[in-house]
Amino acid sequence: MDWGFIFERTFSTMIGPEVVIYALAALGLNIHFGYTGLLNFGHVAFMAAGAYGLGVSVYYFHWNFWIGLGMAMVYSIVLALILGIPTLRLRADYLGLVTIAASETIRITVRSRVFKPITGGAEGISEFSKPFYDLSPFDLGRFYSFGPFRYLGRDLWVLVVGWTLLILLTLMVQQVMRAPWGRALRAIREDEDAARSLGKNAYAFKIQSLLFGGAIGAVAGVVQVVQKGSIQADGFNPTITFTIWMILIIGGPARPWSPIAGSMIYWSLIIFVENVLRQLSPQTRESLERTIKLSDINIGQMRYIIVGLGLLLLARYRPQGIFGSREEMALDDR
Amino acid sequence: MLLNLADRPQTIKKVLVFALLGLFLGVFGVSRVAADDADLGISGQLKYKNAAGETIFVAGATVSVDGLDAVTTDETGSFRIPVPGPGEYRISLDTATLPETVSLKDANRNFLDVNLSTDRDQVVIFSLQDGSTSVASESRFALRRVVQLSVEGIKFGLYLALASVGLSLIFGTTGLVNFAHAELVTFGNLMGYFFNYYGLAGVVGFLAPLPAPLGSGSNLIIAAALTMFAGGILGYGLNRFIFRPARRSGVSLLAQMVMTIGGSILLRYIFLYFFTGGTRAYRSYSAQRASEFLGIYLTPKDIASMFVSVVILLAIGFGLKRTRSGRAMRAVSDNRDLSESSGIDVEKVISQVWTTGAALASLAGIFFGLDAVTWESGFRVLLFVFASVTLGGLGTAFGALFGALIVGLVINLSTLFIDVELKNMMALLALVVVLMFKPQGLFGRKERIG
Amino acid sequence: MIANYSPTPGVSKNRPALVVKNVSKSFGGLKAVDVKHLEIESGVITALIGPNGAGKTTFFNLLTAFDSIDSGSIELFGKDIVGVASQNLAKQGMVRTFQLTKALSKMTVIDNLKLGALHQSGENFIKSLFTPIWSSQEREIESRADALLDRFNLSHMRDEFAGTMSGGQRKLLEMARALMTDPQILMLDEPMAGVNPALTQSLLGHVKLLRDEGRTVIFVEHNMDVVRDISDWVVVMAEGAIIAEGTPDHIRSNQVVIDAYLGVHHDRELSNDV
Repeated sequence: MDWGFIFERTFSTMIGPEVVIYALAALGLNIHFGYTGLLNFGHVAFMAAGAYGLGVSVYYFHWNFWIGLGMAMVYSIVLALILGIPTLRLRADYLGLVTIAASETIRITVRSRVFKPITGGAEGISEFSKPFYDLSPFDLGRFYSFGPFRYLGRDLWVLVVGWTLLILLTLMVQQVMRAPWGRALRAIREDEDAARSLGKNAYAFKIQSLLFGGAIGAVAGVVQVVQKGSIQADGFNPTITFTIWMILIIGGPARPWSPIAGSMIYWSLIIFVENVLRQLSPQTRESLERTIKLSDINIGQMRYIIVGLGLLLLARYRPQGIFGSREEMALDDR
Repeated sequence: MLLNLADRPQTIKKVLVFALLGLFLGVFGVSRVAADDADLGISGQLKYKNAAGETIFVAGATVSVDGLDAVTTDETGSFRIPVPGPGEYRISLDTATLPETVSLKDANRNFLDVNLSTDRDQVVIFSLQDGSTSVASESRFALRRVVQLSVEGIKFGLYLALASVGLSLIFGTTGLVNFAHAELVTFGNLMGYFFNYYGLAGVVGFLAPLPAPLGSGSNLIIAAALTMFAGGILGYGLNRFIFRPARRSGVSLLAQMVMTIGGSILLRYIFLYFFTGGTRAYRSYSAQRASEFLGIYLTPKDIASMFVSVVILLAIGFGLKRTRSGRAMRAVSDNRDLSESSGIDVEKVISQVWTTGAALASLAGIFFGLDAVTWESGFRVLLFVFASVTLGGLGTAFGALFGALIVGLVINLSTLFIDVELKNMMALLALVVVLMFKPQGLFGRKERIG
Repeated sequence: MIANYSPTPGVSKNRPALVVKNVSKSFGGLKAVDVKHLEIESGVITALIGPNGAGKTTFFNLLTAFDSIDSGSIELFGKDIVGVASQNLAKQGMVRTFQLTKALSKMTVIDNLKLGALHQSGENFIKSLFTPIWSSQEREIESRADALLDRFNLSHMRDEFAGTMSGGQRKLLEMARALMTDPQILMLDEPMAGVNPALTQSLLGHVKLLRDEGRTVIFVEHNMDVVRDISDWVVVMAEGAIIAEGTPDHIRSNQVVIDAYLGVHHDRELSNDV
């Protein structure tokens, strides 16, 4: 087994594009679920809104890339309002119902033939991100190595911009959550009626929370498609949402830096395990194939089995995340 | 987390349950025939029977897959179009390239939507007929079409109702929205396949020659009964080993819902892992010819399954109204505290609700499986299930029944006006509109606060 | 003087804080509240009593817009408040507490109190981004909160999670938090429920102090002894309607009330065994 290769992959993943993208997405979900208690089970829809806000502007309207970025935000705002206005006056579970349904519906609709002229259908959209890469100070095709890390210049440029965005947005979340705005959100999460009795417009705060977290989710979507260089509807499937949930709960909800920690832990674990599995000796592989049907095809599926089991067990035993205090858990008296 | 596992025998027990479930499905996966077809395609054969009853192959007709090159059928009427990967495709037949007397049986069906799975070719069938028996093509709103869509809508609604009742009752009795409910539908869908092909014990090699239902596969009707039983056990187990302990140790509803989401994705990918992504069909009753009755096309299995659903739904209605445990279920849904103080064993009721709800969802899975058996059959109807229970009013059993019928009907009829591909959008729209104007649903009551 | 009013249901007061006319509310055909006319005098403590299921809490919910009325009108200091959202009632000087205490358990005690302050500029999302905009107001709120913690003897819990408090402490916390809005009317839903006897006296003292500050207090209570001790005026509900009102002494000798209550006390003792 080539441990050197496995560790190089694992370390490079730890600060790699997936970590940035999923940490950004989880940061948005943290505002929804962690701070406000909103059950957003369709977070991937916000990523799709960001991606298509950019993609449709460039592909269909032939606007330039930078206007597209603005449209990404507009799309996420529209989506948040559509999802939030009917549901946020109701019990928490209704938002869950609508978001999980909406995210799948949006994927199916966007990839349909009817919308193909606008969204590119199942094939999607590509060649929209050139203006971004034109600004790169790195040689896009060259490999850059430092320490255990090794990235293509193209990815390195995405990483520099991605991490900058991630850290700035995390600081922003930290700031607003320390302010009275965040205090009101936490109060609404704990008990909406109490907050309303004290003059807080719970509905308005929840809408704001959905907008803010959704916009950050859209940023994650934009970073993802710019990094990949293409937008494909099927990339925005429900497993993305649940991976984001897993990351948020690993890191511990309602803490500003936990999405980054959760994303690093999740991705390095997954990449490590997958690489170890792929490098097993042929005999071991064969016996695994015989006993548990492990094949090249379903190694990737193993990931989501782990996500599902992890989410179930974490929500049951450590809803405060793996770093959270036991004290806080004991306070969960509802 | 690992520490937790070590010092909690309870957790170990739960992990064991999942391991067993995995094993169960694993065994089932082992016996499948592997297909290692790397390049994918969609194929078919164009043929019709002439007035004399002879089969004639249509050569030279053009068939195309959306976004890809068109092909022409060969002298045996066959065609095969390679596609880049799994996904949903629409295959269109250019009717202008058919021989002059030949036309489609249903003029509206000059295209077919296929969901291509990961590992095998998909065969499509265009039903053709000789011109001498052809009827004039009908308009978009032809009465026949409206009636046909309505009947199909009722059929879909009946299946949805079976899938939804449990979700609504579980919510009513525990306050929990079970986001994994669709996976119970898939469970039924797949277990039906399993029992249908291998019987109860036939999966273990040397037991295969046993008589049905033990070995060598059992008839789908027996398989359905076995599946409902298995579904009931699964539902009972989920409550007994996962959600009841969670309720006992005061896990918040919010966290419980995240647990159901985790459970949903866990089950779904266990299904995919072992069943793989292909679409399969039951051994019994898979290829049936639709017969015409007053211009409506239905297969015998459609008629039988609709009849069975109606009988079962009536039985549920009767049970909820007249039997002791049914009344207890409704009472607990209505007001849990009051029921508890008036001596109803709430935990027992919850257990019954999980068991029957899951058994019914499994049966719905079998019915959906008459059309296709896949690892995500439940997830595909999830949105419609949600729309049904919300429309009827979360927590009300009768609401779910009527909600499902309305949703099935409206969704199917909506295809008169909009593209079939957008019918999910319609369901979502309906859901949003209901929540805007009547969030408690048609049969629900407003809640009290404080 | 309040004692001079005639002890008849619906009697009008000189300085009413709240005027309720023909308010009704049904749940599924069952009439939960049906109040013809009720005026609540300002600056005094009014007790709202009645047997279980008399509709007291529902009536409270209607007054504070946590539930919507089917018909009728409610006036707060002469202004119609039907249709005003509950959060806006707090801004108009009416604030409530809950029967099942709603301490925000995963927030600290001081944060619970600071939340109560109205018109915080830092609650605006854009402004919250810039600390200097709201920091001085935050300091002022914090010193008010500390003063209230002191007054309610909760200073030692200041930085603890509210979830760690005892039932009685939570009641005090909720009252203190309500006072952060500087309300003219305080509506307390069973402030003594689940509080140990040692704390009851201190709680009662706090309620009286509220009146002495010139605030109007309305509270729901079962226990007749408590009612007699601190209330200036008592309103009795049964089956959703006002069946009597008067001074505590009047109510004690009122045959209608005794009839309504004797049955209930009997019931309650039974249910207490469970």
